[in-house]
Amino acid sequence: MSTTTTQPGGGTSAGNAPARPAKTGATELVSWKAGIGLSVLAIVGTVLFGFMSPSKSAGFGIAEASNEGASSVAALVTFVLALLLSVGLGYLWFTRRRSTSGPARSSGPGTVPGWLPASTVAAVVVLGLAALGVAKVSKITLPSAATCWIAAVILLGLAGYTVYLTQAKRTAPRWVAGTFAAVFLIGFMVWIVAGGNGAEPSISLAGLIAGSVTLAVPLVFGSLSGVLCERVGVVNIAIEGQLLLGAFSAAVVATVTHNVYAGLVAAAVAGTLVSLVLAVVSIKYLVNQIIVGVVLNVLISGLTSFLFSTLLTADPDGLNKPGRLPPVDIPFLSDIPIIGPILFHQSLVGYLMYIAVIVVYLGLFHTKWGLRVRAVGEHPQAADTVGINVNRTRFWNVLMGGAIAGIGGSFFTLVSVDAFSKDMSGGRGYIALAALIFGRWNPIGAFLAALLFGFADNLQSVITIIGSPVPSQFMAMLPYALTVFAVAGLVGRSRPPAASGIPYVKG
Amino acid sequence: MKLELKGITKRFGSLVANDHIDLVVEPGQVHCLLGENGAGKSTLMNVLYGLYDPSDGEILIDGKPVVFKGPGDAMAAGIGMVHQHFMLIPVFTVAENVALGNEATKAAGFLNLDETRRKISEISKQYGFHVDPDALVEDLPVGVQQRVEIIKALVRDAEVLILDEPTAVLTPQETDELLDIIRQLKAAGKSIVFISHKLREVKEISDIITVIRRGKVVGSADPSASPTELASAMVGRAVSLTLEKKPAQPGEATFKVRDLTVVDHNGQHVVDGLSFDIAKGEVLAIAGVQGNGQTELTEAILGVQQHVTGSIILDDVELLGKSVKQVLSAGVGFVPEDRKIDGLVGTFSISENMILDLYDKAPFAQGIGMKPALIASHAEKKVEEFDVRTPSIDVAVGTLSGGNQQKVVLARELSRPLRLFIASQPTRGLDVGSIEFVHKRVIAERDNGTPVMIVSTELDEVLELADRIAVLYRGKLVGIVPAGTSRDVLGLMMAGVPEHEAELTAHKTLEGGTHV
Repeated sequence: MSTTTTQPGGGTSAGNAPARPAKTGATELVSWKAGIGLSVLAIVGTVLFGFMSPSKSAGFGIAEASNEGASSVAALVTFVLALLLSVGLGYLWFTRRRSTSGPARSSGPGTVPGWLPASTVAAVVVLGLAALGVAKVSKITLPSAATCWIAAVILLGLAGYTVYLTQAKRTAPRWVAGTFAAVFLIGFMVWIVAGGNGAEPSISLAGLIAGSVTLAVPLVFGSLSGVLCERVGVVNIAIEGQLLLGAFSAAVVATVTHNVYAGLVAAAVAGTLVSLVLAVVSIKYLVNQIIVGVVLNVLISGLTSFLFSTLLTADPDGLNKPGRLPPVDIPFLSDIPIIGPILFHQSLVGYLMYIAVIVVYLGLFHTKWGLRVRAVGEHPQAADTVGINVNRTRFWNVLMGGAIAGIGGSFFTLVSVDAFSKDMSGGRGYIALAALIFGRWNPIGAFLAALLFGFADNLQSVITIIGSPVPSQFMAMLPYALTVFAVAGLVGRSRPPAASGIPYVKG
Repeated sequence: MKLELKGITKRFGSLVANDHIDLVVEPGQVHCLLGENGAGKSTLMNVLYGLYDPSDGEILIDGKPVVFKGPGDAMAAGIGMVHQHFMLIPVFTVAENVALGNEATKAAGFLNLDETRRKISEISKQYGFHVDPDALVEDLPVGVQQRVEIIKALVRDAEVLILDEPTAVLTPQETDELLDIIRQLKAAGKSIVFISHKLREVKEISDIITVIRRGKVVGSADPSASPTELASAMVGRAVSLTLEKKPAQPGEATFKVRDLTVVDHNGQHVVDGLSFDIAKGEVLAIAGVQGNGQTELTEAILGVQQHVTGSIILDDVELLGKSVKQVLSAGVGFVPEDRKIDGLVGTFSISENMILDLYDKAPFAQGIGMKPALIASHAEKKVEEFDVRTPSIDVAVGTLSGGNQQKVVLARELSRPLRLFIASQPTRGLDVGSIEFVHKRVIAERDNGTPVMIVSTELDEVLELADRIAVLYRGKLVGIVPAGTSRDVLGLMMAGVPEHEAELTAHKTLEGGTHV
């Protein structure tokens, strides 16, 4: 997880999101941040994986035992499609690269678009997983000491290469960081799993990833809310409060009406209400947006705790027994090995998440509405001079963001646990903010970042179950430590919407 | 389309920015609004463009009264505006900027940028703009950004185009190109409202000139009027446009810059290998279009820039690497380019601002205490000496006019014995009266035997003050030329043309007779 010092995985600069212009005619100021960061991580990796490597082997369960018969056709189809896609994208990438690697590098059309390498890598990963499915591999067992040592050596090599490049006043290419992250992750996983209880400790890889996606759902909704608000120039710290009130309303309304879908709607309404206060106070009365957001979070935490301990605990059956949104399988797609159960065995809220990511992305970057929204967030005065009502645009966007975060909140009470409990959002609103920054204010970036945080979150709970050499308190720190490193590594590299957080006063 | 303003009045609280202004803009005419900074030109245009509601008066188009609730209404009525500070979104492409607010769409609100690109290239072709619709605006030079603004207005079928101080950020060559564009627009039947305080351009381009002073129309003038007449109308009293000064008596070169390079956080060489000397008793003016490294150069000397290499020597002492405090106590006086941000603390009183750099030194301080009585009497003396017009030394500096603020900065910086005086944009935004005063003080400091460095983007000011002129272009020194160098040569040098080539080109142009 060396994302501390490098570009996020790769896929975050998708589409036509604003990118740094290619400047020419200057010597690069090469930062030592990457070199030092990678070296430290490589040394930590060597000590942990190498010298402290456990002698047991590590097992990774690939496929869930169920669904054996149905999956073979789907697996084959996926394998073929992924093969075609990887070859196609890879070819495109290769040719684009060649045509632009001459001395006259320009930022015009013809260069490699940001999404290309990322989607190629994604296609290859899918290909690999499908191949495992076709071959009906159900478990991979790795000898931990050997694997860990190999990983440590590769890490040291990559760190050394980066230091060498920095010394030669060159910046390390992105693949170095990407490979480093992947190898570190593999080394870490093998080390930690092999350190588990039992003679042959193993975890289910598919279960681990599926759990990550599930845990990421509220984060994704939260960060989409943040994207909508910040892109229009309002900082939404109140995501935490929106999630919490959404969870609370969903629980109560679903219980009272005996209808989980009514609970879902109530969650959206609750999130919108929180946003309404934020919007009115910060846009109309120009109160500092961050203060309003923090105050709202504290207020909602107090309010829901009070109502929970007075009303909900007194009558749990009548007020706090919402029932669950059942997981729905999408026919055929859910039969794909590994990927199917991860992506296409979700609750309604999970599918709404995919739709929301796609809709917000297309909306922001490909529609008239999105152009105006981004203009308002970048340079409200310019938007005003072409006849766009800045504060009205901001107002509606903030409300919409609230509704999305509210739906995310319903995940807690309608999907993951079927009852509300005190402060059950547990700071995920703030992690969502980090995901939004890590994802560079881009819906797809935020989605991927949220998945990463969800992965860290799930990893720590899975590892706590199998037992690990690391005290569980340290494992519980994982998602938060990752947040700090991820955001710190991006400082100076990502550019927020220029007018984010600044109220607009005409004239 | 004929545009008429009748009795437009705009008040901000008790301040009357526009006082019953009448104005008629005929079709196919270039109408200049001439006035000093703060005379109310921009306010008037913002009223016309629907950004401000007029307190009184009406706007008529072809004789019919109209009310603009916002810029949208004004644009729909055929009024376009190019603001002094461009209203472009830096991270958008040209096409996105042009489309904004006027988007061509496909089904379901999806953008149709191809349509916008087509319109842009159509207009580019018609007027000879060279604008790439897919370039990011922040990567474009200022002159091209301005064209994007003009395209924005033309795409919306503007009939009246308001240009607010359009030449403030342009090189002399870019200015000439802009004037050509204005002529073409005029030939195409558009009316232009051209706002400026630069007499030369106003005389060159306008069909009719309306002079505005303190929010009122004080009369109209003919473009053939002499600059002195126009200036007097603008200021409201007789002014002399030339500064009386004795020839310089340069002494020993005590300030030496060698191979100075400043790298910004993007790795750009914003100042690139500069070397020059300034002698005692001489003014070196740094000329160049804004953003060619002037700010970084002055800040590097003061010690507030990171990543500086080379050498800065004052009186045989290396300044590079010293703290700002050490630099100041080495005898450097510094007038920053933005007095409101870097020069003054707006909410502090005049007397406090007068000792911002001396607060901890005798005689104003004693131990950890300060001596208010002494500070006050010092301020009284300086206010008197520098003619700061203020009701009291206790008013917040932020409430003073620009000219008086600048006098406070000068008073502070010139009240110490100096070994080097640097003034960046010393007269930006000042009225003609204050400009005269500031220029006199600068020359007085020079005659005291101090090396003086003036950074200015106004060619007039450079020519007025300089004993030698150093031209910067993209952080590099194009050349150092004597004070008598012609405007055309300097203009070409500001665009990066080396000195001897610039002289040849300027000479040819003159012989060819095409230059106005």
